[in-house]
Amino acid sequence: MRHILSLLMENEAGALSRVAGLFSARGYNIESLTVAPTEDATLSRMTIVTRGSDEVVEQITKQLNKLVDIVKVQDLTDGSHIERELMLVKVRASGEYREEMKRLADIFRGRIIDVTDKTYTIELTGAGSKLDAFLEAVDVSAILETVRTGASGIGRGERIMKI
Amino acid sequence: MADLELTGAEIVVRCLQAEGVKHLFGYPGGAVLNIYDEIYKQNGFEHILVRHEQAAVHAADAYARSTGQVGVALVTSGPGATNAVTGIATAYMDSIPMVVITGQVPTPAIGMDAFQEVDTIGITRPCVKHNFLVKDVRELADTMKKAFYIAATGRPGPVVVDIPKDVTQHKCLFHYPDSIAMRSYNPTSKGHGGQIKRAVQMLLEAKRPVIYIGGGVILGNAAQQITAFARLLGYPVTSTLMGLGGYPSPDPLFLGMLGMHGTIEANMAMQHSDVLLAVGARFDDRVIGNPKHFSSEARKIIHIDVDPSSISKRVRVDVPIVGDVAKVLEEFSRLIQASPERPEQQAIKAWWAQIELWRSQDCLKYDRSSPVIKPQYVVEKLYEVTGGEAFVTSDVGQHQMWAAQYYKFDKPRRWINSGGLGTMGFGLPAAMGVQLAHPGADVACITGEGSIQMNIQELATCKQSKLPIKIILLNNGYLGMVRQWQEFFYEERYAESYMSSLPDFVKLAESYGHVGMRIEKPGDVEGALREAFAMKERLVFLDFLTDPRENVYPMIPAGKGLSEMILI
Repeated sequence: MRHILSLLMENEAGALSRVAGLFSARGYNIESLTVAPTEDATLSRMTIVTRGSDEVVEQITKQLNKLVDIVKVQDLTDGSHIERELMLVKVRASGEYREEMKRLADIFRGRIIDVTDKTYTIELTGAGSKLDAFLEAVDVSAILETVRTGASGIGRGERIMKI
Repeated sequence: MADLELTGAEIVVRCLQAEGVKHLFGYPGGAVLNIYDEIYKQNGFEHILVRHEQAAVHAADAYARSTGQVGVALVTSGPGATNAVTGIATAYMDSIPMVVITGQVPTPAIGMDAFQEVDTIGITRPCVKHNFLVKDVRELADTMKKAFYIAATGRPGPVVVDIPKDVTQHKCLFHYPDSIAMRSYNPTSKGHGGQIKRAVQMLLEAKRPVIYIGGGVILGNAAQQITAFARLLGYPVTSTLMGLGGYPSPDPLFLGMLGMHGTIEANMAMQHSDVLLAVGARFDDRVIGNPKHFSSEARKIIHIDVDPSSISKRVRVDVPIVGDVAKVLEEFSRLIQASPERPEQQAIKAWWAQIELWRSQDCLKYDRSSPVIKPQYVVEKLYEVTGGEAFVTSDVGQHQMWAAQYYKFDKPRRWINSGGLGTMGFGLPAAMGVQLAHPGADVACITGEGSIQMNIQELATCKQSKLPIKIILLNNGYLGMVRQWQEFFYEERYAESYMSSLPDFVKLAESYGHVGMRIEKPGDVEGALREAFAMKERLVFLDFLTDPRENVYPMIPAGKGLSEMILI
């Protein structure tokens, strides 16, 4: 099962390495990990996408809670939530590709944010599956470079994670 | 305390004094010279100079194990810190409260591959409860307070405070906080009331109950509470290696240690129980063996532990109770006393009859007429000679198991050994920590000729600090436990488990200024022990030449289940 874990942690040097170290030491899987400070500069918010049985994810949550720098852990997949990821993709945009790439970007509600004679750089936001679908729709040989942020998640409606 | 402008080094010393530290174990070096200079000028605590940093940490660890107070060690940067790592990992695996202060190169030199620089925070991260790098002297006092607080509360553990040399020179106003609150660290202490009621009901309805205690009973100071509770119901008790002394071993309710080298009655009762109460234990591989085999019999499990991550880690638990074990057990006893219900006497009687049948196999019997010294006999005689009152430290291997099986610990914090990490070389430095904490007490270090050589240099520390430890060397000429596995599982191919060229331990002890004795006949064992323990002021190194073919029984082979024991 895929789980999205949200963490609030002390914005301190070394906090990230404690989380990453825990996952590697105990053999847990990390599909993606993203972290940045929050509106409260002393706190960082991290989103980890992981896979594992219910028992494994329960252990992951408990082990994360045990880390002294971690203030709060929530499994977003326990309730309804929103998940977004940003991708920047540089594609070939010469000859026949020039029109097709523009069309594809429009279909996926992407924006072309950089243009040269030969390339477009497209910005795309959505759930990870949407970004995957875009990459599948594009001819592989036309993809020059991709960079993805990994998923960020937040609870729907009144569900709030705060200390 | 009035605020004074002090250097970082002075602050370190003041913080240790404020924490009530009486003994600090350490080894000086460049990065910690400022701190040592301040130690020299004070007399609030005593510094014990070891001969290797690993020993400083083991000694501080055993000091903590035997007293319940936080143990403290001080080492320098680089190799000082890396030498300390085995000791830190040992304490981490057994959840021992400890603060280890490590020197670091000056902050501008960090990351420059400076002389004696290592990334201590990075290296120790997986084997500490928490660690801190203090980059600003103004954070030093609060960090020290946090270190002691984190080490001692919740599930205890070692905390490393890494202090760069320039921070020990810089000055700031010193104020040591009386208490500290951390939003990210709030250990649970009170168990959930509803869960406690469910657990008590389940225990009252049990037909084949077993109480299984672990190191958490010792760490949580719950020996009295578990003893009262077990006696209230008359239920059988078994203990892990780490829990020994948590329940009085000579008591008829006690089934002995369980696990890989546990007794038949303990292991069979565990396997066939219908309600199992686990207290401060973690169902590890050396205790229940194969978890699938263990779970093949249906039973209800109640688990009390201060650490939620210990619950349902290897075995699914029916009633988890997170909290301080002593408080939860008091609540258990209170509820049972208030309840009109009592266990079904007939079922409990039948269960005890079954247990007595297992017990009657006398699985710890050994050949008492042997012309060579049996190691079990030495431990039994040690128990007699010390009246069961000694603090016993051990190293790791066969001798450790014999110590656990034959010395009947009836008080907590008397049995000091490295259970989780299994660190050879632990026993002698551990005995130093224990002897310093308990100056008049009998302290015995039961060891093997492999283990003792891993920290033999500490004989010098014992001389310098006048520690009258009694070293009980069960010398069989082999790395005995390795040899035993090779005999059982590798068709007697004894690869590198025999060490020739052993030193003459008697002369070795004498060269360090101690008393050495060699004992070769069973008839001389008791006399030698009496003679040694009569020398109250001297360290005596007793080299017992024991049967090299002796094995530890019973034994559950790795990966097998509790009812699949190899018997003598």
